[in-house]
Amino acid sequence: MNAPDKLADGAAAVWNTGRESRVPYRVYTDEEIYKRELERLFYAGHWCYVGLAAEIPNHGDFKRTFIGERQVIMVRDADGGINVVENRCAHRGVVFCQQNFGNAKDFTCPYHQWNYDLKGNLTGLPFRRGVRVKCEDGSAKVNGGMPADFKLEDNGLAKLKVAVKGGVVFASFDHAVEDLDSYLGEVKPWFERAFGEGRDGRGLKILGYSRQRIPGNWKLMQENIKDPYHPGLLHTWFVTFGLWRADQRSEMVTDRHGRHGAMVGYRNSGGRADVTQGVSSFKEHMKLQDERVLDVVPEAWWNGPTACMQTIFPSLIIQHNVNSVSTRQIIPLGPNAFDFVWTHFGFADEPEEMTRRRLRQANLFGPAGYVSADDGEVVELSQDGFLQREGGNTVCELDGTGTGGAPHNVTETLIRGMYAYYRKVMEL
Amino acid sequence: MNAPGKLVAVELRYALEDLYARYVKCLDDAAFDAWPEFFTEDCRYTIRSRENHDRGYPLALLDFESRGMLKDRVFGITQTLYHQPYHQRHVVGPLLVCPGDDGSITVEASYAVFRTKQNELSEVFNVGRYVDVVVEDAGALKFREKRCIYDGALIPNSLIYPI
Repeated sequence: MNAPDKLADGAAAVWNTGRESRVPYRVYTDEEIYKRELERLFYAGHWCYVGLAAEIPNHGDFKRTFIGERQVIMVRDADGGINVVENRCAHRGVVFCQQNFGNAKDFTCPYHQWNYDLKGNLTGLPFRRGVRVKCEDGSAKVNGGMPADFKLEDNGLAKLKVAVKGGVVFASFDHAVEDLDSYLGEVKPWFERAFGEGRDGRGLKILGYSRQRIPGNWKLMQENIKDPYHPGLLHTWFVTFGLWRADQRSEMVTDRHGRHGAMVGYRNSGGRADVTQGVSSFKEHMKLQDERVLDVVPEAWWNGPTACMQTIFPSLIIQHNVNSVSTRQIIPLGPNAFDFVWTHFGFADEPEEMTRRRLRQANLFGPAGYVSADDGEVVELSQDGFLQREGGNTVCELDGTGTGGAPHNVTETLIRGMYAYYRKVMEL
Repeated sequence: MNAPGKLVAVELRYALEDLYARYVKCLDDAAFDAWPEFFTEDCRYTIRSRENHDRGYPLALLDFESRGMLKDRVFGITQTLYHQPYHQRHVVGPLLVCPGDDGSITVEASYAVFRTKQNELSEVFNVGRYVDVVVEDAGALKFREKRCIYDGALIPNSLIYPI
């Protein structure tokens, strides 16, 4: 690690609670901890989400996005392969690509026209051999030019390691990162259920994007989707319509490191039960005027569960909740904010009616969604509390202080597991 | 599109100006129960990013296909969605009025919505344009379609109230 490290007061002083079930508020607000997170979690040792292959179907199609705070470009080359390169010219560092999406034959920096192919190789630059001029005495000479030992191949764009699985594109600045299957570990079957060829190999159909800037620490969103305890309390729609509540059949899955998670649930019929007693968000008499928003049709690939919310540490959430499916990308912006980018999709060969159903159910999700808008709100309010004064820690002790999976959803075990892993990698 | 120079009847323009003035007052006054009444029963209401619109992606932040869905949203924002309360202030630009052949009227107008949270300064919240279809329904002008297309793709955290 070559990051400047100013956590001078030492790990024990930072993680002064001594256990992962109590997360010091400081790890959500401290600039130095955040820098170490970028270096160790986003730029080394981990795979980050960059997009879906279906976003760039044709030769030359590209998408600009972020890994941590670094801009990267995901681009399909003439061989059909997907490359990810850093959006930073090797000459003067210019962030040369200024479009979020487009199609290009190659990339040329506007400043001095250094030119790169779609794999990020430098193919040429003006005046490399100098400029030939005639002198007054009639002789010729060459002005300028690059040194004789300048090699194009040593001056390409930063190229990332890329893995494409089930149409989902991951990349890493760390070429020594373990292979993606091993990285996903025990959540791999759930990933493959959503994307794998084991399902039926159909292509994805992009439905569009939602983007929100949430004034809270990025880890709070990982926690939110590792927290199966809040949906039946915060989100009236979930508890009232039985989409997610404490008495349903559910399963919490994590990998051997505790960094990824899958919250698997089976929708029940809703209505009154012990679990709704005293839950103020339960509305017994709530009825929709137009029930098409919840016109759920089971799909073969679900293979049982009606919801599976996956967290692929550190940057990705995969949403399957009834007929709404999306990826959600976490782009950190300092310790106190992150951008949250939703890509909703369907499947290429599905009937228009099913696509329409997904779009209707998308009213539940995203920055305005019935069961999502309030997640952004409470994340902001947590951050406000962290910033209010120094000291303090979270209490994540529902269902004990251990880590690992659980056969129910009345638990904060996935959050504890993530922080046990985090402490190890962050040396805190 | 209306042919250049073709004039819209003054009474119609005034009636439309009045419709938009009443519509934004309803939202700015947070009189949400009255909001669905500005629409026809089979209305379409969307809030969609310019990005999705320009790239032909159908996804919208909110996508409602009936007055019933609008009423469900009102229930959501008043009864179920936890959020920090805020005031909205809409400013709507000049209406571009294009009467269609079937008696409907397409209206396009820029809008800016400012958000003011308690103990915070006012801020620009959402900026874009309306692309609407207005029809006469039981003697009143109503929105058969209201498509809010916002310019900046990023929502400042969450969007709770209608635009």
